[in-house]
Amino acid sequence: MSINKDTVKYVAKLARIQLDESKVDDFTGQLDKILTYIEKLNQLDTENIEPTSHVLAMENVFRKDENMPSLENDLALSNAPEKENNHFKVPKII
Amino acid sequence: MELTTLSAAQLLDRLNKKQINSVDIATAYLKRIEKLDKNIKAFVHLDPEAVLKKAKKLKDSEQKLKGLPIAIKDNFCVKGQLTTCASNILAGFKPPYSATVIEKLENDGALIMGKVNMDEFAFGSSCETSCYGPTHNPWNLDCIPGGSSGGSAASVAARLAPWALGSDTGGSIRQPASLCGIVGLKPTYGLVSRYGLIAFASSLDQIGPFTQDITDAALLMNIISGYDAKDSTSVKLKTPDYLAGLTGDIKGLKIGIPKEYFIDGIEPEVRNRVEQAIQVFRQAGAIVEPISLPHTEYAVATYYIVAPSEASSNLARFDGVQYGLRVTDGEKIDDSALIDMYMKTRGKGFGPEAKRRILLGTYALSSGYYDAYYLKALKVRTKITDDFNQAFKKYDCIITPTSPTQAFKLGEKTNDPLAMYLSDIFTISANLSGIPAISIPCGFTKDNLPVGLQILGKAFDEQMLFKIGHAYQQLTDWHTHIPEGCK
Repeated sequence: MSINKDTVKYVAKLARIQLDESKVDDFTGQLDKILTYIEKLNQLDTENIEPTSHVLAMENVFRKDENMPSLENDLALSNAPEKENNHFKVPKII
Repeated sequence: MELTTLSAAQLLDRLNKKQINSVDIATAYLKRIEKLDKNIKAFVHLDPEAVLKKAKKLKDSEQKLKGLPIAIKDNFCVKGQLTTCASNILAGFKPPYSATVIEKLENDGALIMGKVNMDEFAFGSSCETSCYGPTHNPWNLDCIPGGSSGGSAASVAARLAPWALGSDTGGSIRQPASLCGIVGLKPTYGLVSRYGLIAFASSLDQIGPFTQDITDAALLMNIISGYDAKDSTSVKLKTPDYLAGLTGDIKGLKIGIPKEYFIDGIEPEVRNRVEQAIQVFRQAGAIVEPISLPHTEYAVATYYIVAPSEASSNLARFDGVQYGLRVTDGEKIDDSALIDMYMKTRGKGFGPEAKRRILLGTYALSSGYYDAYYLKALKVRTKITDDFNQAFKKYDCIITPTSPTQAFKLGEKTNDPLAMYLSDIFTISANLSGIPAISIPCGFTKDNLPVGLQILGKAFDEQMLFKIGHAYQQLTDWHTHIPEGCK
C-alpha cells in the first residue's frame, strides 16, 4: 500500500492545501517511506481486539440548558481577517 | 547570590520572607534574557516593558506565587498576547480569552513572562519546524534543544525563567527536558485542563511542567491540575498535595526495567548513564527487576497514524475565516473563490512538516484506507496499553531512557522525517496509554550533553513518580548542573 503522486495531489485537495508542483515529488517520497514503516502494524494479529479511541472511559458531558455568558461580538471578531456588520466576511460563494 | 540560579521553590521562600520582591526577580531574568537569549533564541514573544509593569503590580501581592515568573509555550492562549503555535498561519493572533492553566497561574499571582518557541503546531522533535527558526540547546549551541517544547526546555535549562509550561503529545515535554538536562512531566491524560491549549491530537495532548527539580514540578502541579468544566476530557478527581509525598524513602518499591527500551539503536553512553541510575535506585532499597513490554516496537507506527489523523481534523479550523492569515486571489468572484481562499491560505500558512502530517492524517482517514490504517492503529493501541496494565499489576513504576540519543546537531534530521519521528521511540507509548511519565536528568555524555531517564507510572499516580524522582535527586546532583555558557 504505497502512495503515488496522484494520490498525494488528491489528498492535498481533500485537505484544502495548495501544494507547489515542485514539492509533490518530495512529499510523495517522504510519505511513501513513512507509510512503508507503518505497515509494520500488519505483523500483529488484531482480530478480536477492541480499538482504543480514548484511554479513559468517556461519556458525553452535558451541562444544563441555560443561558451562559459568551464572548462579546467585537471580541469574537477581533482576529477576523475581514468583517462586516458584526459578521466574519468570506469571498462571495453564490 | 545570583537570583536566577535559584529554583522556583527557593525564590518563593525568599519572596515569602520578603527578602526579595517580584521586581527584583523580573529584572534579574530580563537582564539574563538580554544577555543570553540572542544565542539560545528561546523566547518568541517577549515584551520587557510589559513584564516589568506586571512585576510592579504584583510587588505587594499576597497571592501564593507573589509575582514569580513563568515561561509559556506558544500554543497556550493568553488573552491579548500573541499566540501563534510558531506558525505563519496564526500570524498576529491574539486570543480573546486565556487557557484555564493560565488563569489558574494568574489567580495564584504568577507573572506570565512571555511565549517560548516550539515546533510548528508541536509537530517535531527538534524545535526546527518553528516559523521563527530553531531554538539552540544551552549545553551546546550547535545542537537542537529537543521538541516540540524546545523553547520551554531551553529557557529553564539556561535559567531564563525559573520554570515553564509545555505540552506533550508524543514526548514533547519529556524529550526536550531530557536533552536540556531538566525535569519534564507529562501528567496523566485528563489531570490538567486543556481548555485554551491549541489542539494537536486530542486523545494524546497533555499540559505539563518544565522545572529544575522534582520539588518545583510538584509545586507547579499543585497549581495547574484538577477538574475543569470547560474541558470535557478533564477528570473529576480530588487532586492530592503533590509536595506531601516527597519523603526520600523508596525502600521496597518495585521498579520494572523493560528490555525493549535497551535496544541496539540506543547510544551506548545513554544506556550506560541510565544503567548507573538504576544502580542508585537499587542501593536506595528499591526492588529492580527486568520486565517485558512486548508491543513497544509498534508504538511509533501506531502514533504516526493516530496523531496525524487527529491533527488533520483539529487543524481544519485554520482556513483564513476567523483568525490568522488569509490569502485570496482578488480576481475570482465565482463559486470557486472560497475553496481557492482555503487552498491558498493553508498552502502558504502551513510549513512543510504541518503539511506532511495533515496529508498523512487525511490519507489515513480517507475512504478505503480507514480500516487498514486508522482502525488497525487503534487496535494496536489497545495492545500497547494492555502491556502497561499487566506490568503495573506487579510494579510501582517503570524506568527507561527518555531519548535513545543525546541532543543531535541542528539540521541533522530535517531532511529525513522518519528518522526524526524515531527520536520519540521511548516517549510515545505513555501518550498512547494515557499514563504519566517524567524525565529527570541522570548524567552527561563525554560531549557534556545531558542524559535523562524516564519514570512511567500508573494512571493518576504522579505522586509515585515524584517520590521516586525526588529520592534520586536527594542522592545525586545532576539536576543542579547549569550549562557553562549560562553561568
